[in-house]
Amino acid sequence: MLNKYPLWKYLLILLVLALGLLYAFPNLYPDDPALQLSTQKATAVVDEQALQKAKSALSKANIDLKEAELTSAGGTLRFNSGEDQLAAKPVVAAALGDDYVTALNLVPTTPEWLSSLGAGPAKLGLDLRGGVHFLLEVDTPAALKQKLEVSSSEMKAVLRKDRVRYRSVDIEDGVLSIRFLQQPDLASAETLLKKDFSEYRYATRQDGSDFYLDVSFTEAAKKEIESYALKQNLTTLRNRVNELGVAEPLVQRQGSNRIVVELPGVQDTAAAKRIIGATANLEFHLEAGLDSNGSDVETLTFRDGSGRTARLERDLIITGDSVSDASSSFDENGRPQVNISLDAKGGKQMSKVTRSAVGRNMGVVFIEHKSRSRFVEKDGKMEEVRRSYSEKSIISLATIQTTLGNSFRITGLDSPRESSELALLLRAGALAAPIYFVEERTIGPSLGAENIKLGVDSAQIGLLVVMVFMLLYYKVFGLFANISLALNIVLLMACMSLLSATLTLPGIAGIVLTMGMAVDANVLIFSRIKEELASGVPNQQAIHSGFNRAFTTIFDANITTLLVAVILFAVGTGPVKGFAVTLSLGILTSMFTAIVVTRAQVNLVYGGRKNKKLYI
Amino acid sequence: MKVTNIPFMAMRKIVAVFSLTLILISLGSLATKGLQFGLDFTGGTLIEVSYKEAPQLDDVRALLGENGYSDVVVQNFGSPTDVVVRMANSYTATLGDEVLSTLQNNGTTDVSLQRSEFVGAQVGEELREQGGLGMLLALAIVMIYVAVRFQFKFSVASVAALIHDVIITLGFFSIFEVEFDLTVLAALLAVVGYSLNDTIVVCDRIRENFRIMRDTKPYDLVNDSINQTLDRTLITSLTTLFVLVVLFVMGGEAIHNFSMALLVGIVIGTYSSIFVAANLLLAMDVKREDLIPAPKAELEDDLP
Repeated sequence: MLNKYPLWKYLLILLVLALGLLYAFPNLYPDDPALQLSTQKATAVVDEQALQKAKSALSKANIDLKEAELTSAGGTLRFNSGEDQLAAKPVVAAALGDDYVTALNLVPTTPEWLSSLGAGPAKLGLDLRGGVHFLLEVDTPAALKQKLEVSSSEMKAVLRKDRVRYRSVDIEDGVLSIRFLQQPDLASAETLLKKDFSEYRYATRQDGSDFYLDVSFTEAAKKEIESYALKQNLTTLRNRVNELGVAEPLVQRQGSNRIVVELPGVQDTAAAKRIIGATANLEFHLEAGLDSNGSDVETLTFRDGSGRTARLERDLIITGDSVSDASSSFDENGRPQVNISLDAKGGKQMSKVTRSAVGRNMGVVFIEHKSRSRFVEKDGKMEEVRRSYSEKSIISLATIQTTLGNSFRITGLDSPRESSELALLLRAGALAAPIYFVEERTIGPSLGAENIKLGVDSAQIGLLVVMVFMLLYYKVFGLFANISLALNIVLLMACMSLLSATLTLPGIAGIVLTMGMAVDANVLIFSRIKEELASGVPNQQAIHSGFNRAFTTIFDANITTLLVAVILFAVGTGPVKGFAVTLSLGILTSMFTAIVVTRAQVNLVYGGRKNKKLYI
Repeated sequence: MKVTNIPFMAMRKIVAVFSLTLILISLGSLATKGLQFGLDFTGGTLIEVSYKEAPQLDDVRALLGENGYSDVVVQNFGSPTDVVVRMANSYTATLGDEVLSTLQNNGTTDVSLQRSEFVGAQVGEELREQGGLGMLLALAIVMIYVAVRFQFKFSVASVAALIHDVIITLGFFSIFEVEFDLTVLAALLAVVGYSLNDTIVVCDRIRENFRIMRDTKPYDLVNDSINQTLDRTLITSLTTLFVLVVLFVMGGEAIHNFSMALLVGIVIGTYSSIFVAANLLLAMDVKREDLIPAPKAELEDDLP
């Protein structure tokens, strides 16, 4: 019979809609501001006792706690308001001490039975929730240069060992040139180095009476070093972000040499930037003896600004990379200190060197890789030129009393903040190559809340306006279209939650825009039906061909819009991507609701009945 | 219901002159004034702060000037208490915080940070390139899709209509010096999608009518097709415009320009799908044979 769906089709539609409702439902529960407790240390666990400690500190500070619970990832303290949450953070952090990380978070309040089905609210983008977005560029040329410098001293050692005489070694534009006076030296150097350093490309040239061996990276080696530097930096940044205590951070590679870091809910952006961008590392050197050769000695100033200097051997004992754990505390005189534990290899090296140097001084050197940006006019355009340099200064110079082993402490730091940051950096590891901030966006929490309100308000009003218009223009069929439209929004939210897509302000705008466009399919169908009726076709036939003939049009029109939305997703970043997501999901769900769900309603009401007047 | 019978195609010449004039004005303005690119594309630093009480912008400027921040733009953003400070590229990692503390330092001023953004010059340039590429890619893909689903002439006509819409919307942003940022670019791409949607509905009807109205001349056929779809075109545009006006008025500063681009684009897009695409189809001499291949009679002639 015309315009009748079989029962199973109705049931299927009901099932889809029920699932949609179920998965969209968690979005109605507002998130709780919360503190997330976790620990990076093997020695500390988040347990009842820790929670109890936090609870009593909070009640002492007169801060209302909504709920405290233990989760698989640690503990969660929920609060009634954002102000309580902010006030509670320092209180809890002080109560639990250094071993725990306290992070601000928004925790869903999805009921148990819903979350056990995998349902949860859609994620909110930074523009709705507040937080920081960084785009960092890894200075891969610097990584290559560092590697070349390391190799250059190794190469010199090899040449010296085999008594190949070279005049000088220079590094320029990524090429290491070794100068020889005689051709045989050049030839034997080439064979020697080729054997030991296979990751390089070798070329020889003659300039006047001098012979040169030019050493440069092969393309493969270059790629490998670059990708290693990026990977290493990603790992280090992840560690640092975890140490910072941010809930649900994002650290992700973007393109060949960029890293995106997103820290939702972070308030103190200055501290976040200092820690993320820090390139500080430590080096341990022995103080040079009076008789040591000038070229093996480096004179460095002290960090305390006293202008004192000391002569240290260039050869280093170990670097901060050998540190396995570090924590900050205070010494007997109340000055900040950092307690350091070394890994097995570092510890062995340390004891080997210090055993024969008891009574001598050891200097702890603080290195920071920095860069200066200058703008240079080139071809009529301003171009940014970065020059990187490193700053070295001595933190402490102390006499080695006994052989040093795996753990020791260093003093001579300016402030407790500096000691705790240094400890953090040593724990998280150093960056393999310097990084630069090329983009940064900070959204305050109040702006985020305001954006949500604006978005939700305009969505509601928009929906109302469209619904009233449809009702007035298409009467009963308008009502069908409105029901479909409402279900479309439910389905869209369900899809967002299921895909755990991120909702942004332009994303909400996309939903609002979809509302205007979602009724389009119904408008197409209805105006077809009207046309058929006008040309004298019986009611049932008009409905039938109205739906059928509008289908190809709807399909073609929506597919092209979908294509454009996909491109938008590909080229867009952040909020714009959010717009592309809601737009494309909205197109898909609206095709389902506008065609299938509307049809089902029409069939239910009008299907199979003769000569019933159509209110359209 | 009565189908309208407006002689759209009789207005071809006037419409063509109107469209060409708009395009020329837009191109002229784009060539001379260019676009007011936002921070996303130029690079630079922007700080948005919220005051408890509305400040005098001149005081804010003077305060920043005293502290060595010359060459800054200070504007209200949405409300008198919200102030945006823009700076050219002179980035240090702590600039945002420094400016904030400068603003707060002035005695008892209650200022809070709403957002701060920094975009490196190179990133801005890349975003600009990427955006342009995305736009071209979108047009190319649309052209291919329409050529496959319809026919080459339809694809040229609809892409030309899209370019028409994009140029005029860009022209609007150039003439009225509205800031052009990433969200506006997104809106522009959405306009491409939307306007295409409209154009395709009209083209679809033209294709269908070529099949059923065998004895009608293309000129009348195109005119009838537009009239038949007019009801739908106007109603859909109307519902979309409703929600866009709501977004424009209530959506807040952050998506103000975004909804403006969509508003302008959709008005132009509706106009172009009624007039421009169909006009071009006739100009390219669209025929029944373009859509329905002539029966292959020749093959049988070879048979004995």
